[in-house]
Amino acid sequence: MPEVKFEDALKKLEKIVEELEAGDLSLDEALKKYQDGIELSRLCAQRLELAKKKIEVLSRNKKGEFELKPLEETKSEE
Amino acid sequence: MWPLSRQNKIPLMPKKNVDAASLNSPDLFGASVAPAKRRHVYTVSEITRDIKIILENTFTEVWVEAEISDFRGPHPSGHLYFSLKDEGAVLSATVFAGAAKDIKFKIENGLKVVCFGRIDLYLPHGKYKLVIEKVEPKGIGSLQLALEQLKKKLASEGLFAPERKRRIPYLPSRIGVVTSQSGAALKDILKVLDRRFCSSCVTISPAQVQGEGAKEDISRAIEALNAFNESLPQGERIDVLIVGRGGGSMEDLWAFNEEVVVRAICASKIPVVSAVGHEHDWTIADLVADLRAPTPSAAAELVVPEKGELLQRLEGLKGDIKNALSNIALGFQDSLEDLLHRLKLNVAHILELSAGSLDSASRKLELLNPVLMIEQYKARAVDLARQICVRLGHFLKLKEAGFNKAVEKLSGLSPLNILGRGYSITFLLPQGQIIKDANALAAGDAIRTKLHKGQIISKVMQVE
Repeated sequence: MPEVKFEDALKKLEKIVEELEAGDLSLDEALKKYQDGIELSRLCAQRLELAKKKIEVLSRNKKGEFELKPLEETKSEE
Repeated sequence: MWPLSRQNKIPLMPKKNVDAASLNSPDLFGASVAPAKRRHVYTVSEITRDIKIILENTFTEVWVEAEISDFRGPHPSGHLYFSLKDEGAVLSATVFAGAAKDIKFKIENGLKVVCFGRIDLYLPHGKYKLVIEKVEPKGIGSLQLALEQLKKKLASEGLFAPERKRRIPYLPSRIGVVTSQSGAALKDILKVLDRRFCSSCVTISPAQVQGEGAKEDISRAIEALNAFNESLPQGERIDVLIVGRGGGSMEDLWAFNEEVVVRAICASKIPVVSAVGHEHDWTIADLVADLRAPTPSAAAELVVPEKGELLQRLEGLKGDIKNALSNIALGFQDSLEDLLHRLKLNVAHILELSAGSLDSASRKLELLNPVLMIEQYKARAVDLARQICVRLGHFLKLKEAGFNKAVEKLSGLSPLNILGRGYSITFLLPQGQIIKDANALAAGDAIRTKLHKGQIISKVMQVE
């Protein structure tokens, strides 16, 4: 997982849009911000898409160590 | 049954006159004895025991309402010692450890209570007291009182302070859930998570949520998730915890009011969202959690954003960025075009000006051309000459006309012309003077008369 938190990336992205829409930038600055913005939006989309569904139940085994088991398995054990 | 004294309602045993032999036997009740007036002398033990019997038999089961005072805190043995009082009197009281652990609230001085127990006299101390089996707060349920006491204590520790509350992450990478594995709450949570953000990663730490042992189970489950989290690498950690259960009565939800559960929530390093019961149920767990949800489903909604909405928002932002950049670029392009246009105009203008100057200069030069000047002069000269001719011509004509006119006038004045009109000139002969006056003539003079055509020689006949 990248260090940048999703929420921070989203906030940064919105800030970049604001700055670009204000239009007060030199062409170089605008291009750089555009690049950053596209990269951030790609990152965010990735985070949203790549996350995989996983539902597990925590328990301790006989040795007292932690164990994770998928939910359906444990349900059938009940 | 027993005659009552006026002062206190404690029934008294009738005074017995007995001899030494029967000093310690209580079976003399009612037996008539010889009224030998002898002073009865008790030992302390005897009298105390008698008193003990009377008291304990009379007050085997009593309810007493009073205010607690003189409570110095729980004894290491687990027994509680305090006094019960009202405006008029004081009664010592004890709660033995066995009964003490059933008391749901804290014994405090000043609390108004209703107690059930029996009177006991402890011979070695010679003191009587109320041995309490059950005690309830007056006017409020004991559960309620316990709740109020716990709330006060926790509030004074600052555990309800809003500054304590941590932020719930916007998009958690992993969600922990403490609830009953078979309960409706878990199903609701998982359903909502799936609907909003189908790729959520959930770790369940199951616990019994009501009944005996629930409070220990819940706190253990919270601690387990925290401990487990410590063992995970940064990127895989649980960033939020939902602790809760579905709806139920106050008794069903009671585990979430217990101190051990509340402390576990406070101690959790992972931020906690409480989700206990329904909309209007509030437990102490809700007060100390970082965020309170009215129901487990609501908790799932608070904890995770809607994926579809997020993706849309991202697309929107991407579009906005592209548009904004486009606009900026277009803006620059416009400026560029405008500058170019102005450049062209200016250059054209400059060229025009230059051309104009050139034109006027060359025209001026042309004008200054000597050949031209010569031609000009020549033409001028010719013109002047012509003018002279013309003027001369006019002049001559004028003079001619003047001459003719004079000639005409002269002619008009000419005597010969007069003759033309019928007049005649008369001359005297022979000299030939012109006669203007008739008196100058005498009859018989000879005159010559010049007529227009010819002359007449005549003689004067008469003068008038």
